[in-house]
Amino acid sequence: MSTSVAPSATAAPTPAAARGSGAPGRGTPRRRNEKAAYLFLLPWFVGLLFTLIPFGASLYLAFTDYNLINNPNWIGFENFQEMLTDEDLLQALKVTGIYTFVGVPLSLLAALGVALALNKGIKGLRYYRAVYYLPSLLGGSVAIVMLWRYIFGNEGIVNAVLGVFGIDGPSWVSDPQYALSVLISLHVWTFGSPMVIFLAGLRQIPIMYYEAASIDGASRWRQFVSITMPLLSPILFFNLVLALIGSLQTFTQGYILSGGTGGPSGSTLFYNLYLYIEGFQRFDMGYASALAWLLLVIVAMFTAANFLMSRFWVFYDN
Amino acid sequence: MALMTQIRQRSRAIAEDSEDSYFEKLGSNSRTRFLRHVILCAVGAIMLYPLLWMLASSFKPSSEVFADLSLWPSEWDLTNYTEGWNALNHPFHLYLWNSFVVVALTIVGNLASCSLAAYAFARMQFFGKKPLFALMLGTLMLPGHVLLIPQYVIFNLLGWMNTYLPLVVPNFLATNAFFIFLMVQFMRALPSELDDAARIDGCGPFRTFFRVILPLCVPALATTAIFTFISTWNEFFGPLLYLTDSALYTVPLALRQFMDSEGQSAWGPMFAMSVVSLAPIIGFFIAGQKYLIKGIATTGLK
Repeated sequence: MSTSVAPSATAAPTPAAARGSGAPGRGTPRRRNEKAAYLFLLPWFVGLLFTLIPFGASLYLAFTDYNLINNPNWIGFENFQEMLTDEDLLQALKVTGIYTFVGVPLSLLAALGVALALNKGIKGLRYYRAVYYLPSLLGGSVAIVMLWRYIFGNEGIVNAVLGVFGIDGPSWVSDPQYALSVLISLHVWTFGSPMVIFLAGLRQIPIMYYEAASIDGASRWRQFVSITMPLLSPILFFNLVLALIGSLQTFTQGYILSGGTGGPSGSTLFYNLYLYIEGFQRFDMGYASALAWLLLVIVAMFTAANFLMSRFWVFYDN
Repeated sequence: MALMTQIRQRSRAIAEDSEDSYFEKLGSNSRTRFLRHVILCAVGAIMLYPLLWMLASSFKPSSEVFADLSLWPSEWDLTNYTEGWNALNHPFHLYLWNSFVVVALTIVGNLASCSLAAYAFARMQFFGKKPLFALMLGTLMLPGHVLLIPQYVIFNLLGWMNTYLPLVVPNFLATNAFFIFLMVQFMRALPSELDDAARIDGCGPFRTFFRVILPLCVPALATTAIFTFISTWNEFFGPLLYLTDSALYTVPLALRQFMDSEGQSAWGPMFAMSVVSLAPIIGFFIAGQKYLIKGIATTGLK
């Protein structure tokens, strides 16, 4: 990602030209411009401190027993040793892992499928796009998670629909076996934002490639495999990285569905929800900091693995 | 003249139509096209059904809500709204007002601080530009929860608990790298002659920014404002951490209270207030769809 956004070196004004328009007495315009640039960046510099200091501080706290009241004591790797035998942590990793590895592929598949269908010169594209995109703006809101909680409740409309077919549905939300799948369905419901990115990517593929391919007698499937997929793979990769990072940090959905506990039986105990419980309910902030750093390492590893694997399947056209 | 206007209208019609007919050449026969519409409509209907059902249920009498699949109440009843509005510790307009205050300040902060930083990165030369830009992109990838606990401690020490300051102040410090990135991309696309012309006319960097560049960035600013609105309006975690006094609650925190007191009769008022809470997002979506679609296509924001 970073290669595509590397700063393009716009030519700096030559010293001679700069001197020509300079105001007297306040240094060369070049100098003045530099100062001005730092002034423009001043809020950002202060904000950077708000990022870098907490970043370092949380690494330090991860090696302490800080609890918000007493001063932090250095306890070495004790927090990390505790993780090895922490069954709640194992559960949180399991829940977040299942949610990510089931939810992300499903929603990306739905996004890709609908984007392909919408990219075939369909009438009323913008209305379809609006309808499919809207849920992704609402999916993170408390109101929608509560709605899902009701829809999949014991007497909710999902079971009412199943009842029409004579199926006696389980009580999805309060059954540990099904609670997470309720949230995965909510995740898939919000496939609209990757879909819009796919649509924009499909637009970039020159139509003459398809024309040439059909003259050569390539079938629809062949065109999809040999033209669409390679040229769309950077977009797919971008969507995959974003979706993975986002999904590993899910919080609100688990909190609202379970009423803040991660239940039933830890079945919606997302990683960040567990971190919140440790840090802000049990006030074990040292341990919570260690958890935060573990997740950072996990996210970084997934992202790095993504970038490494991308060499084998992402096709760049230049 | 008549010919010219005719041509102009034709070309405009083509431009508007091109979105729909881009792939018309490859479009298949009318039967598969019809089938495609049927499937897309069916999927769309399934996706919208929960929202429409909630809207309908908010007007149904509480006894009717349970397991009633219809999208049309047998009688339109506003009691859920009047009850819901006053069901919590404070009337619901207080929560709406609180959310509005936080959202408005966040938008102002993001627009001001991110556009300043973006201008420096996109159109100025200064020592250390490359590493600083890389650092900015690095913070874009950083998961926020790593900073959470120290930030909480700092805000606690500053005495900012139970105020909107922890939610609002960081936005005045350009901490949202996504929006800087979005604006940098936009500003780079503007011709560099603009700055030269402004300089020849005697504009310093600040006047060039305010009078020349910023007015041209309205689309990027609109995208930022709409995305900020939607994410801040939905924001649950920050208010959950920093606001404990129920008079300060924003809408998501208020809604959560319906869940705590969950009896069968509470669903109706809860749906009514959920509809109230989602209405502004849907309104902004309809008004700013153009900017949203463009913004998400360029940055992949949610």
